[in-house]
Amino acid sequence: MAMKRTDPMVYQKGMEIIASDILDKVLKHVDNYDYLNYSQSDVKQALSKEHLSLEDYGALLSPAATPYLEEMAKKAVVETRKHFGNSICLFTPLYIANYCENNCVYCGFNCKNKIRRGKLSIDEMEVELKAIAKTGLKEILILTGESRHHSGVEYIGEGIKLATKYFSTVGIEIYPLNSDEYAYLRKCGADFVSVYQETYNSIKYEQVHLSGSKRVFPYRFYSQERALIGGMRGVSFGALLGLDDFRKDAYATGLHAYFMQQKYPHAEIGFSTPRLRPFINNADNNPNDVHEKQLLQVMLAYRLFMPYAGITISTRERAGFRDHVIGMVATKISAGVSVGVGGHEQDEKGDEQFEISDPRSVPEVHQMILDRGLQPVYSDYIRV
Amino acid sequence: MTDQLVIGGQRFNSRFILGSGKFSLEIVQAVVENGGAEIVTLALRRANQGGEENILEYIPENITLLPNTSGARTAEEAVKIARLAREINCGNFVKVEVIKDSKYLFPDNYETVKATEILAKDGFVVMPYMYPDLNVARDLVSAGAAAVMPLASPIGSNKGLSTKDFIQILVDEIAVPIIVDAGIGRPSQACEAMEMGVAAVMCNTAVATAKNIPLMAKAFGQAIESGRNAYLAGLGRVLNQAAEASSPLTGFLED
Repeated sequence: MAMKRTDPMVYQKGMEIIASDILDKVLKHVDNYDYLNYSQSDVKQALSKEHLSLEDYGALLSPAATPYLEEMAKKAVVETRKHFGNSICLFTPLYIANYCENNCVYCGFNCKNKIRRGKLSIDEMEVELKAIAKTGLKEILILTGESRHHSGVEYIGEGIKLATKYFSTVGIEIYPLNSDEYAYLRKCGADFVSVYQETYNSIKYEQVHLSGSKRVFPYRFYSQERALIGGMRGVSFGALLGLDDFRKDAYATGLHAYFMQQKYPHAEIGFSTPRLRPFINNADNNPNDVHEKQLLQVMLAYRLFMPYAGITISTRERAGFRDHVIGMVATKISAGVSVGVGGHEQDEKGDEQFEISDPRSVPEVHQMILDRGLQPVYSDYIRV
Repeated sequence: MTDQLVIGGQRFNSRFILGSGKFSLEIVQAVVENGGAEIVTLALRRANQGGEENILEYIPENITLLPNTSGARTAEEAVKIARLAREINCGNFVKVEVIKDSKYLFPDNYETVKATEILAKDGFVVMPYMYPDLNVARDLVSAGAAAVMPLASPIGSNKGLSTKDFIQILVDEIAVPIIVDAGIGRPSQACEAMEMGVAAVMCNTAVATAKNIPLMAKAFGQAIESGRNAYLAGLGRVLNQAAEASSPLTGFLED
């Protein structure tokens, strides 16, 4: 018997609803975005401008911009240097739990997957945090799977409090919360919140999020806004490129961030660009495939549209790609990464969410940044 | 008579204030020496005390540190950051930056006045970064500012003296040193600012984004010195010779 699925546009019990029109605005623009309508002259015009309009941004994400990647890259270098100098911030993620209550068809943590689940005790967290701090890092990103039951807000809060003993910046990448919960975690010491919408196509979203609280599309969409209402300092955006039409999803991601910045001008805005890798034997067969070329186009479009936004380059990408995009477009890079639960000092207590492609340690990434004439930055924030 | 910049009772021979946040730490010393800077700003949030790549370890000892409060969104945060700077022996100078706009990084003048007042009473030599507004500049002086630092253009834009007329008004009306900060993109613009009578120029991005950073620092140092000399030489008199002719133009009149 087929299970009856819930309506992804209907909030579940306990989910806060905030007054905002950003979702409607983003979806309306994305509905009207037809990237095949742009010509090379639209791309050239966009590249000649100092401040890009939404139309210009659309042009840079279109197939018509493909022959202009080099020009985009040259302009991106200038913009990145203007806003960030040659600074490259370093951080590492720490997964404290991988329990998950969502059934997302593309994800390694999917609750239906038979993987080894676990969570760190407070003592184990401290061992991991100390080990990471020894590498010199001052920024940490704390992650969990999406399970309120196994990794509740208070548990995460305790982890954050501990992390502030060793790190000057604490980001969180956890399940979406209500604004009062974000306020609580802010009080515990969290500074930044990353939530990825995965896809902005609500139909596709429904198809790939089969059950669990993540299925509720608008609640996830408004996470960043609730985080800022809760007092967080900055928020990050991202779509899982390749899950649906990556050009539309990238366009939506940029607009989401743009409208949020307009409404909350103090917020620090960041982007991440995770992608689903195309199958190797299937190269170039699917227009939705995100090869390195397409990934770079998206990153460059983000940079040129919002030159003041931070962009993080994932360890899912190979070292050679990461090394070349820092300074050109990316401003933040992870190092010494473990994506299992724990694993920095002790044996992992749970399996990984995905495979990393760049296993380099902090000193190795540090040296690479120096070798590229850039400046590794460990501390870029002061908590007062 | 030596022409010196005096801020908070301290005397400086150089009028080039160098920002340090956008280039590699290993060349800080060369940039300082080439530009002849005696004051270097640093973002306290970048001071990684006891850790990797701590900027404080790269700034030469004879330099006056000007820690800034970048990252602060409110007067309260700026005050806390300034006090932290003093605790880690960065001295008594502080550049107040209160910014609530992540896109253009425009200063919040209102919060800046509040922070200036608190910090000046606390014994700091306060140099507030501000949007050039005469009323605010007066309030800053009343609040105890040792200098006022109006922006020439948005930070990092390298656009030059977009606010020239308003900066000139500050130069004409405000008793404390006016130091142009943010937006200066090339040495000629720094020179022009100095010709206007500003007391000093602060630069970061324009130097940091040059191909040869130490050489650009040198060019800025020279331009600032040159502009200062032009100001002292009386640029206006040179350009208005006709209006100040040695013999009266109307001397022929008899009755």
